[in-house]
Amino acid sequence: MSNTAAEKVRTFDTRTQAKIAVESPLAYSYRRSGAPAPTAKSRVVLRERPFLGHLVLRGGAIVLDEAVREVLGVSLPGEPQGLVQDAEGVRSVQWLSPDEWLLIVPGGEEFELENRLRAALDDAHFAISNVSGGQTLVELEGEAARELLMKSVIYDVHPSHFPVGKGVTTVFAKATVILRRPAEERWELVVRRSFADYTYRWLLDAGEEYAIGVAR
Amino acid sequence: MFYIHCPYCGETREEEEFHPKGQAHIARPLDPDACSDEEWGDYLFFRDNPRGIHHELWVHAVGCRKFFNVTRHTVTYEILETYKMGEQPSITAEHPEGRPTDAVDQQASLRDGVRA
Ligand SMILES: [Zn+2]
Repeated sequence: MSNTAAEKVRTFDTRTQAKIAVESPLAYSYRRSGAPAPTAKSRVVLRERPFLGHLVLRGGAIVLDEAVREVLGVSLPGEPQGLVQDAEGVRSVQWLSPDEWLLIVPGGEEFELENRLRAALDDAHFAISNVSGGQTLVELEGEAARELLMKSVIYDVHPSHFPVGKGVTTVFAKATVILRRPAEERWELVVRRSFADYTYRWLLDAGEEYAIGVAR
Repeated sequence: MFYIHCPYCGETREEEEFHPKGQAHIARPLDPDACSDEEWGDYLFFRDNPRGIHHELWVHAVGCRKFFNVTRHTVTYEILETYKMGEQPSITAEHPEGRPTDAVDQQASLRDGVRA
């Protein structure tokens, strides 16, 4: 009992208790490039969802599925490009590769979730990485969101090819992006923190013709 | 621009997402110490350069990031098939129309991609 895998791995909460001002990956971009408020003419609205908990799970589909269902109550998407959400629509699991999934949960939940998953997985062969600090989520909503994406990604985003509940890793304006479609008119872009400013400025420029607005 | 089918994603994706990684099916000698210098040199440095059907290793670099095999025609650049690591090609220089079906390994379903 004293030598289980869960006890052999040192985990720590990356969110400190100390009162330190935190800034979203786009804070600099808002100051430098501005953030036009959405208007009645805006056919697409951009919204950052910063400080969420992002975990990358690696391992076999069967053991991970069991643990995720036990801990989160959702099943692991077994088919490629799958994206599932919990009943509240705030926690999601996305297929990234045959042995890799991305878990996104409300900020602050990720440390406890990681520990509960480790306990559930015990000495199974797996890895969990907390990548919350390395990436951020940018949401695009509105009827022109798809048109904006058509100019920006190389992936076919037509509804017949990209239904709700799908997610892919692909190229966005020569950078890498994880593109997901959780709802009919809402798309999510998971981008590297270091690419967040570039992505934001690209979206503002490409979205100009749709009178893009930034909700904050 | 052309499209490549990733056997792990189960989709045909843009060429831009992939990188070629050289000749496929190069097995490391089981006992390197027993190799002659020539055998070891062959393994490390020498690669085939056929005119026609060639088996290559590619990686879905911006995507699932898995390595897989591509059977490609070096004259027409046509990609004849793609298949997972550990599998054997069904189209070869000896069988350009495809090996007899009983010789082709049954393709595992996509769910069975990688299991620990
Ligand atoms: Zn792939």
